Amino acid sequence: MKSSGREKLVWTLISIAVLIYALFPVASILATSFKSPGDLTNGKFLPSPGLATLSNYEQILVGDAQELFLSALRNSIGISLIATFIAVVLATLCAYAIARLDFPGKKVILTTALAVSIFPVISIVTPLFNLWRNIGLYDTWLGLIIPYLSLTLPISIWTLAAFFRQIPWELEQAAQVDGATTWQAFRKAIVPLAAPGVFTTAIIAFFIAWNDFVYGISLTSTEAARPVPAALAFFTGASQFESPTGAISAAAIIVTIPVVLLVLLFQRQIVSGLTQGAVKG
Amino acid sequence: MTRATTENPEAMKTNGRRNNDYSDRAKAERRLGWILAGPAFIIMLAVTLYPIIQAFFDSLYAFRLTAPDERQFIFFQNYVTILSDPVWWRDLLVTLLITVVTVAVELVLGFALALVMHRALKAVRGWLRTAILVPYGIITVVSAYAWFYAFDISSGYVNSWFNWVPGIDQDLNWFAQASTALPVIMASEIWKTTPFISLLLLAGLAQVPDELTEAAKVDGATWWEQMRKVIIPNMKAAIMVAVLFRALDAFRIFDNVFIMTNGQYGTEVLSLLAYRTSISRLEIGLGSAVSVLLFACVLLISFIAIKIFKVDLAGSTGGKR
Repeated sequence: MKSSGREKLVWTLISIAVLIYALFPVASILATSFKSPGDLTNGKFLPSPGLATLSNYEQILVGDAQELFLSALRNSIGISLIATFIAVVLATLCAYAIARLDFPGKKVILTTALAVSIFPVISIVTPLFNLWRNIGLYDTWLGLIIPYLSLTLPISIWTLAAFFRQIPWELEQAAQVDGATTWQAFRKAIVPLAAPGVFTTAIIAFFIAWNDFVYGISLTSTEAARPVPAALAFFTGASQFESPTGAISAAAIIVTIPVVLLVLLFQRQIVSGLTQGAVKG
Repeated sequence: MTRATTENPEAMKTNGRRNNDYSDRAKAERRLGWILAGPAFIIMLAVTLYPIIQAFFDSLYAFRLTAPDERQFIFFQNYVTILSDPVWWRDLLVTLLITVVTVAVELVLGFALALVMHRALKAVRGWLRTAILVPYGIITVVSAYAWFYAFDISSGYVNSWFNWVPGIDQDLNWFAQASTALPVIMASEIWKTTPFISLLLLAGLAQVPDELTEAAKVDGATWWEQMRKVIIPNMKAAIMVAVLFRALDAFRIFDNVFIMTNGQYGTEVLSLLAYRTSISRLEIGLGSAVSVLLFACVLLISFIAIKIFKVDLAGSTGGKR
């Protein structure tokens, strides 16, 4: 074990293998996004030399697919953020009660959250599709935000309950003994400890809402509310005879950027959030 | 998921006992508990329990949105129609195949990744975790397109990269038959979800006491013996949780199949069947019945899993904190 030179080499090789595993498909679609329409069929990973182009990005950001993509992007960002925000606020209150207060039914709440998280999304879609059409929620932001809560709430409750159980709540009493009011004690002693957990939960919930596809294609029909994953599936080329491959790839890269940024900045928090919520529980 | 729930009420009880003298206070605490937790609880029920009850109700009718006036109560006729249709059984088989294969591969691959992250030198650990989280966070539809375009007959490069492999050449259309389409669908699914399983296993690995592995090493156990006799038995609970969660998730697979084949050529899965029946063909009655049956399958899987795991969970808690 002491031959640290060899050990380093082995670790370098393993790390490279993991990096290739994790990033190859992303690199693949990134390369495709720079291929010009005529070059798509070159049978190679990279665009042919000299033919790499930004035209796919132009098409979806300022060109004729702009309307389609930018409205979907706006819908995705807006709906996911609102669904995340509501879920995290409600889950924070709920998890605080579970971790801190003594009341009957705690176990029922956690079990319900677990049951909801394994619920097949498609089973909810049919009745919602019918109901939303009748009450005018079909193809609206609210019509997606409500079902998104079924995805974001359960995991938020589990993750936050696990986080909150680790907070040394005695600090609050200590602060009160030192003369702070209940509210001051909560704000000064507890909020700084709880905030990272809430933030991490928000990231995880956002990933889940951002990823949704089933609700997106079933409960929307126009640019009014259709989120990006659903829009990608309905993308057509600039003309009937042009394949949308390049445009879809470019759009796929753009919606992956926020994911990569969040992961780069907060990998430690995301890992601890995911593992605490799932295994501690 | 069970351990913390059982741990916590005990901690709470000691807390509560102190307050027993002030029963008003206990009552107030109860009320506050439900005021805080109630909204989340009610919303969770409203967005799942209500729709599934409604779906069951709808499934008893012959009801098409294209002919709403011909709605008619027909009892379980929709279920008979579905269960006597070979399409249901074929889709169930495809779904089960995908579930079993992806979970098995992910368990091995995820375990390998977890071991790598567990043993990794501090300097690379952060980078490995960052890399592994990229597939976790990426949109499933994006992953599906990435794999689809790589294999696609016109825009792909896999055929020209691997044309030396027997059976693969420029004219191979991967998505024209189930035998080649399903592996690509599964590859995308595995790539995207292995990070999740490996993080669960990593947490399980971290709970195996170091002294046990050290002791085994001192006793001259080989690496494989350490794995088989010490490490794996001690993280059984984590493995069970990971397998159950991934199996239920894989059983609901939709996005990858929709993007790559849209269920054609015998690659249709149950979720897609439900979608096609109710959203595309607007057969609300039949579609609801498929939804209810799919829900019943998920319940059945969890029920069986919990039945089997309970024994094991009780048996493996000894080594745990």
